Amino acid sequence: MSENMYFQPEHRPRLNPTYVFRWEKSQDTFVLLYPEGIVKLSASASEILKRCTGESTVADIVAELKDLFVDAADIERSIHRFLEVSHVKGWIGN
Amino acid sequence: MSKAGSAISLDGQGKPMWLLLELTYRCPLKCVWCNNPLDFEKYDKQELSTEEWKRVLHEGRELGALQLGFSGGEPLLRDDLEELVEEAERLGYYTNLITSGVGLTPERLQALKKAGLKQIQISLQSANRSLTNELCGARAHDLKVKVARLIKAEGFPMVLNVPICRQNIDQAEEILALAEDIGVDYLEFANIQYYNWALLNREELLPTREQIEHAEAAVAAARERLGKRMIIYFVVPDYYASRPKACMNGWGTIHLTIAPDGAALPCQEVRVIEGLEFPTVREHSLDWLWNDSPLFKKFRGDEWMQEPCRTCAEKEKDFGGCRCQAFLLTGDAANTDPACAKSPHHYVIEMAVNKARQKHHEPRPLVRRQRGAVTTAFME
Repeated sequence: MSENMYFQPEHRPRLNPTYVFRWEKSQDTFVLLYPEGIVKLSASASEILKRCTGESTVADIVAELKDLFVDAADIERSIHRFLEVSHVKGWIGN
Repeated sequence: MSKAGSAISLDGQGKPMWLLLELTYRCPLKCVWCNNPLDFEKYDKQELSTEEWKRVLHEGRELGALQLGFSGGEPLLRDDLEELVEEAERLGYYTNLITSGVGLTPERLQALKKAGLKQIQISLQSANRSLTNELCGARAHDLKVKVARLIKAEGFPMVLNVPICRQNIDQAEEILALAEDIGVDYLEFANIQYYNWALLNREELLPTREQIEHAEAAVAAARERLGKRMIIYFVVPDYYASRPKACMNGWGTIHLTIAPDGAALPCQEVRVIEGLEFPTVREHSLDWLWNDSPLFKKFRGDEWMQEPCRTCAEKEKDFGGCRCQAFLLTGDAANTDPACAKSPHHYVIEMAVNKARQKHHEPRPLVRRQRGAVTTAFME
């Protein structure tokens, strides 16, 4: 992986405890709730955040999502990009 | 009223994702920019009961509300606050308490934590004792700082909200340092929006452009230094932007406010617009109020727009700005918000800005929010 990436394959990303991540029936999506904020998440983003428990490694997450989204091209890069953005936003840490 | 985090546009698919409960207009403070109505005391005897608020919570969740704010006035003046937080948590809301901090004892903090409260927003008016006390009309500074530290010690995420005006804006560095020392998670430099009490005092409160630029530079430097340790919001006041704010993310799109008397409002200030009816949850279901009441339909979408909004390429971006500001400053709530440089009424904003710049400004006493401070007979 690129050296300037925050997450390496062996890292175990974890949701920042300030954030609440859960399914919201009325919006038919997973949402991220934080002080005065709401983020509605796409299906793939939700699958990634679901696994940011501090237990799965980035490599585990990539492997599991490859099974889930078999048709998605270049999913590994998308996952890394999402993790980096989520980290910058403060949603997840290592 | 724009809040931290609400700056980005959000598609709620027609659901009121943001529910704000103004539990009471009563408050121990007398802030000179209070956004409660000038005749707030009129509502004292009309506050909803615990059971009525619980019904609002229930119906709000059915409608798809997610974020919940307990506000006021000072919501801690309601001794059923803990009970309402508990009910809201049970229903699946993300609960935010928006408070002055006055009355937040260690016992109540623990009870709120136990009830499941997620987050606390506390206001602080400046970085020093005498100015804070002057602006909020009470000896509250030391107490607020103490309470802010208690909130962090109790493990709550915390927003520190500093209403920004001419009197405190030059303290940006000191405020940043104090917030950092307290361990604030989110610091919001909330440039005052000029409605109700703030509008009465606008001439004394509006900062100059130079002051705003200085404060913005201080914020930029702090962001650089602090990274993610403290998120800092600084929204340029609409008087100094050439486009209006996307007020409430559009009328009746995601925000629903319930006033102390149960009136369902598209925003907290909307009762300043004359000629509208404000039905309450006592007579109607929340579903009807949100989806079908004439009030919520009045400025929903863009059918109501006049020129220059009607044909403007940016109307999807700012929704024509704020209806209350359009009414207060131009006399017609369907006009373009005069904060927009394209508005034919933009001169009223420019005049206010020019006045703020005048060097030999003769200061007038600030009008404090209190009973009987102003006569509202002319509003009847």
